Amino acid sequence: MAEQHEKYYVPAQSPWPIVGSIGLFLIAVGAGTLVPDITSGKSGYGGWILTAGIAVIIFMMVGWFRHVIHESMNNLYSAQMDRSFRMGMMWFIFSEVMFFMAFFGALFYARVLAVSWLGEGSTQEFLWPEFESHWPLVKTPDGTETTAMGWQGLPLYNTLILIASSVTCWFAEKGLENNNRKQISIFLGITVLLGVCFLFLQVEEYLHAYQEMNLRLDSGIYGNTFFMLTGFHGMHVTIGTLMLFIMFVRIAFFGHFSKEKHFAFQATAWYWHFVDVVWVCLFIFVYIL
Amino acid sequence: MSAVLDDHHDHHDHHHAPPKGIMRWLLTTNHKDIGAMYLWFSFIMFLTGGFMAMIIRAELFQPGLQIVDPNFFNQMTTVHGLVMVFGAVMPAFTGLANYMIPMMIGAPDMALPRMNNWSFWILPFAFLILISSLFTEGGGPNFGWTFYAPLSTTFGPDSTAMFVFSVHIMGISSIMGAINVVVTIMNMRAPGMSYMKMPLFCWTWLITAFLLIAVMPVLAGAVTMVLTDKYFGTSFFDAAGGGDPVMFQHIFWFFGHPEVYIMILPSFGVISAIIPAFSRKKLFGYASMVYATASIAGLSFLVWSHHMFTTGMPVFGELFFMYMTMMIAVPTGVKVFNWVATMWRGAMTFETPMLFAIGFVILFTIGGFSGLMLAIAPADFQYHDTYFVVAHFHYVLVSGAIFSIMAGAYYWLPKWTGHMYDETLGKWHFWLSTIFVNLLFFPMHFLGLAGMPRRIPDYATQFADVNMIVSIGGFCFGLTQLLFLYIVIKCIKGGEKAPAKPWEGAEGLEWSIPSPAPYHTFEVPPKVS
Repeated sequence: MAEQHEKYYVPAQSPWPIVGSIGLFLIAVGAGTLVPDITSGKSGYGGWILTAGIAVIIFMMVGWFRHVIHESMNNLYSAQMDRSFRMGMMWFIFSEVMFFMAFFGALFYARVLAVSWLGEGSTQEFLWPEFESHWPLVKTPDGTETTAMGWQGLPLYNTLILIASSVTCWFAEKGLENNNRKQISIFLGITVLLGVCFLFLQVEEYLHAYQEMNLRLDSGIYGNTFFMLTGFHGMHVTIGTLMLFIMFVRIAFFGHFSKEKHFAFQATAWYWHFVDVVWVCLFIFVYIL
Repeated sequence: MSAVLDDHHDHHDHHHAPPKGIMRWLLTTNHKDIGAMYLWFSFIMFLTGGFMAMIIRAELFQPGLQIVDPNFFNQMTTVHGLVMVFGAVMPAFTGLANYMIPMMIGAPDMALPRMNNWSFWILPFAFLILISSLFTEGGGPNFGWTFYAPLSTTFGPDSTAMFVFSVHIMGISSIMGAINVVVTIMNMRAPGMSYMKMPLFCWTWLITAFLLIAVMPVLAGAVTMVLTDKYFGTSFFDAAGGGDPVMFQHIFWFFGHPEVYIMILPSFGVISAIIPAFSRKKLFGYASMVYATASIAGLSFLVWSHHMFTTGMPVFGELFFMYMTMMIAVPTGVKVFNWVATMWRGAMTFETPMLFAIGFVILFTIGGFSGLMLAIAPADFQYHDTYFVVAHFHYVLVSGAIFSIMAGAYYWLPKWTGHMYDETLGKWHFWLSTIFVNLLFFPMHFLGLAGMPRRIPDYATQFADVNMIVSIGGFCFGLTQLLFLYIVIKCIKGGEKAPAKPWEGAEGLEWSIPSPAPYHTFEVPPKVS
């Protein structure tokens, strides 16, 4: 609640939002052209438009963040402004949670209801009498076969890596609270490395799945949920690692952030913890159970 | 560094007058500019979607196929729905929120002004994509605004990918807009403006924004699964791969039902501002209004399957969702009761905003009652996918949501423009709208009960007379809205000067500042006692 009478910084006109809108427009048009083209084997401009869109978005992000960082360094922001940013980030993370909920919902619905309904009663009798319901669904009603990914090995290492990275991230946050800049840099650096390790092992796991296990995105509902959930999570880890890396650079080389003012760092840390929690849920519901 | 200092300098210069030209609108961070753009965009979309409705009604004017081919008819019903939901109703409320909430809570602007601009400017692009997909080879989306699988996956047109990505960016826009509203309300209230002193419009929008942040990502998930099912060989909605087409409906309506309340809760806020103002009484049962809104929002997550009674759910599911749905009638009833109780023994006058508000209360309640009928699972087996459903949701959306937006527009036009609108023309607008909206939608109840299915370009001849009446109602209702455009333009151009508080009984901080509201409202927050 705003108790103070200090002035709230309302920025002057900004070019970045409209640049961002154009970027999103190009991405949507590009992807909307590219996707049907790929599947029908046509070649078109979709890929170029998409790339241009991504380039525009990156340009926007660099410009916009630069602008905001300069404003913050010039002390234009109040404590109230800082709260706005923090709340915005929290609600953004909530929206991300709900995005993952859609896919977890699909997973639960499929394994608890859809697959068992297919294997019982008149549904089974009339549609696929040979079908046996089980989870993981390694043989679909139309006969596509695949193998289930176990939780031992790579997934377990990845779990340990991500949990460890959450801990190191927390130590970096503590370092900021104690104004121990060396501690922040070291622990943030370790967190970034752990994120990269995770991604590397995830790619290994995907290669293994595609090349040796015949577990693919189109291997029926098990492969669908497996790759969509781990894939979107992997995307989030990629973004999170990038964010952490940028924070690392800002701390280690630019001397940014202080005990009082460190929203970007805080937001990145929250985001990282969120990505970890999603992974733990994934590990339990996709790999173990 | 110098760039920043310059900006800061600019910032001071901009405090009094807005910059000129097109760049003002492209680059603005001002909540009033952005609110106005949202409202204009919404009105353009309202006319666009309305034009598509006219095509639908023209085709249905007589039995048989005469004007458009069935595939194009399907594209019209689909895009009409998408444009009205995501392009007309939702942006109109976001526009009202942008314009009014900072003034109502004594804030200098929205909490995140640049993001605010971004959330608006995504929308024109998103709808450019969606509408231009109608002109591609193979046509635009033709699977209904609900894009049920397998209509959208196995049988969807080539432009389905465009549809998916345009919905994605609409979702990004809505989520950012909603985050802005939540943060503004939670963080920017003037000293003394406690939660329970906020105008109800702020309360209803706070809850709406929560719903938006919760369910728009689920919609993003649903369209993503449609995309991968159609193009990348997944089988989320295909039983042959272990998925289930009914699962699509579950995911979609988990988004879709809260979405329905996203489109009506802000209405409740608008109506709760207008009825007390023209009854010259305080709103009856403010706290109960807040709790009722929150209950409706909470229940909205537990009722989605009432859209799917005929999909063959287990009986337990049918009963659960039936009772949960009926429960929503309780908080909604509280609201209607409170509005009526506010008018009870009030010193009422009937200016245009009040007329629309009273029209809202009566017609929305009719839509609520037909909703209760639809909630009864066994009866719904008869009504499902008939014109009865079409009548029901148009009563709550047109004579509900749209009427409340009209009411709000008339109520705040003096504050926005500094001029009074033409009261006589406003009354004409109200009466013509009300008569024709009923001519348009009321007979649809009978069509539906008699078994006429929705989304079909042709019908049995016994429905001919009623359909003709409905179409006439539709054309006249559509034309009447051009009168609204004229009234608004006339009001912007001139008219009687509006005082700071043109409505005798109006309450709230927005009436404490001059009309038109200055470009920057509360640079230092006012003290609220």
